[in-house]
Amino acid sequence: MVYAAPFIPASDAEVLEQLPFKASDPTTRELRRMRQELSESPHNLDKAVALAQRYYRLAMADGDPRFIGYAQAALAPWWEMDEAPVAVLVQRAALRQYSHNFNSALTDLKLATRLEPRQGTAWSLLAAIHMVQAEYATARQDCEKLHGLASSLIVVACVATVDSLSGQARQAYSTLQKAYASAPAVPANEKLWILTRLAEMSDRLGLAEEADAYFRAALKLNIPDAYLLAVYAEFLLDEHRHSEVIKLLKDKERSDVLLMRLALAEKAINAPRAAEHQAIIRARFDAARMRGDKLHIQDEARFNLYLLNTPEAALRLAQENWLGQHEPSDARILLETALAAKDKTAAQPALYWFTESRIEDRHLEKLVKAVRGLK
Amino acid sequence: MITRLFLTLFLLTLPSAAHAHKPSDSYLILKTEGASVQGQWDIALRDLDFAIGLDGNGDGSITWGELRARHDAIAAYALPRLKIHAQDEACPTRATAHLVDKHSDGAYAVLRFVAECTKPLTAVELNYSLLFDVDPQHKGLLRLEYQGTTRTAIFSPDKSSQRFELAELSLLRQFFDYTREGVWHIWIGFDHILFLLSLLLPAVLYRSKKHWEAVPGFRPALLDVLKIVTAFTLAHSITLSLATLGVVTLPSRLVESAIAASVVLSALNNIFPLIEGRRWMVAFAFGLIHGFGFASVLADLGLPQDALLLALVGFNLGVEGGQLAIVSAFLPLAYFLRNTLFYRRAVLFAGSIMITLLASVWLVERVFDLKLLGF
Repeated sequence: MVYAAPFIPASDAEVLEQLPFKASDPTTRELRRMRQELSESPHNLDKAVALAQRYYRLAMADGDPRFIGYAQAALAPWWEMDEAPVAVLVQRAALRQYSHNFNSALTDLKLATRLEPRQGTAWSLLAAIHMVQAEYATARQDCEKLHGLASSLIVVACVATVDSLSGQARQAYSTLQKAYASAPAVPANEKLWILTRLAEMSDRLGLAEEADAYFRAALKLNIPDAYLLAVYAEFLLDEHRHSEVIKLLKDKERSDVLLMRLALAEKAINAPRAAEHQAIIRARFDAARMRGDKLHIQDEARFNLYLLNTPEAALRLAQENWLGQHEPSDARILLETALAAKDKTAAQPALYWFTESRIEDRHLEKLVKAVRGLK
Repeated sequence: MITRLFLTLFLLTLPSAAHAHKPSDSYLILKTEGASVQGQWDIALRDLDFAIGLDGNGDGSITWGELRARHDAIAAYALPRLKIHAQDEACPTRATAHLVDKHSDGAYAVLRFVAECTKPLTAVELNYSLLFDVDPQHKGLLRLEYQGTTRTAIFSPDKSSQRFELAELSLLRQFFDYTREGVWHIWIGFDHILFLLSLLLPAVLYRSKKHWEAVPGFRPALLDVLKIVTAFTLAHSITLSLATLGVVTLPSRLVESAIAASVVLSALNNIFPLIEGRRWMVAFAFGLIHGFGFASVLADLGLPQDALLLALVGFNLGVEGGQLAIVSAFLPLAYFLRNTLFYRRAVLFAGSIMITLLASVWLVERVFDLKLLGF
């Protein structure tokens, strides 16, 4: 816990905090206007949902969970309703899955799609959650429902993402490549999403150069996106391109996820701020524990394994994380910690998932082989 | 249509990037004494800016001058959102000082305040509602201190009122908690037990012409044991107190290594006797080192600053009690067996060899920071 000593700054000019936006920023003005309008009629469904979506987008861009809280506040009149209006159900599900409340998010989405079977957003969220839970067959069905509700490129990309995790990696990759190349006028945010998927797919297939090119193309779109930065940093770490990680993330210390990748790179090459960043991360984990948060477990496992060198503790965290979600990165940390702790039994769920999903991933394949070799 | 617009955004949602930042928390410390409550409330500048606006010139950074100008507004905003009740009577709050602190995720306004109740507090009821209306994800992390005991609690929108009984957190209970910890530590602290046993094993014997002979009566054995135990107790109490009060500190690796060395030397002395009659001096000299070891355990337990002495005395008494229990189990048994070859060969000689070996491994582990044994 950080209870440093409170102090009185030396001068009035001392800058204490940097806000995400200036007052003159168009985003600030837009948000102020929307908040103002909503406060005049807090039960106006369209205005409330629009503001919630605006905040949700901000949360996605830089990963600040405060925006999730602000979005929830906008939906306050409907938040506790079981049978809320469909627009609220979908937005509430998005916010709930962000906080890892997958089951209540699924309940909302199932109700929303029953009331309004052509609710594209709900189907896309269902697909995303089912992928996280490794329910690939269901996720594929969710993607199919998007026909006619989203651009055909998005439908192809959705299906390809599922397929790439469940035994048809190569084919899914080339299908999506072709679809993307031949699609007319793709909006920038769709480009960002598809390029990120292509980068991840090619990385899993061991095509490092192609992955790198896709990552760079995605970054070039200049759309702030915390997820893209995190996965690209991970790719660079795997490639031992540590100084590039430091360059990519040097002013992103505010984000826990990005700071962790930064600290890993700094440790690898003994960069000057490695120890300082490690201490900050530890303090943030302590704070998260105090508040009763369990959202950081995957990274906390990584922290214990690579920065503290305590594989047993890391393994326990990775096991706990696996109970909630089954993405390749969840399997990877479970395998890595089990390997470090020399505990083959603990890795069994990930080994089973690896076989069952028929995932093709060069990192996982290496790890699975090493874990199977344990006595 | 909104749905269409945000479709890709939801698809991109992958929970790995979730909660990339530390969420909004405030840190509330309350110290109750008599009829008054001293409070310190750390609230993130980000949160205060969102709620009441801090960035006077709108340039996106908050200076001490800007914060200072809003001190009254901060107190007027925050204090009514913490209601303190004692025996069903409200205790009015009043701000006493404004400072700043840096936490792992940025700068916080530190609001110090006092709440005056009419009668001495036996229970306190707190109602916390800061920021819940604008950010339902916000949490208030409470540390409640009363007569040297500390309790923590978390306030969230669904747990905004909590009641704490203060009478039960009595000093006596805390004293016994530390006593129990002291007993427990000596029982599970193999190095301390083995050190003591090595010195006590020869107490029922005496050296004559390079051979061990059984003592004729119980008195000399008891006297020897008393001298050793008293010397050990005196010595480790001195250093335990000095270290706990912060007068002397030693690096823990040095202390732990020296403790292992003391076990090796005292056991070796039974195999190749150098110091025969004055083993109490050895007990005193090495006891000083063991005291530092106890002190680090006590520090790990967490020391209440306002009840330091109580914790120290309680813990020390616990250690002595635990030690006495071991000695009173050992002495009659050793006395009973003193004439047997089994005692001299198997217990004294072989036992000392085993202790020497075990403690040597500890010594190597601690000096070189390795892990060779599973305990």
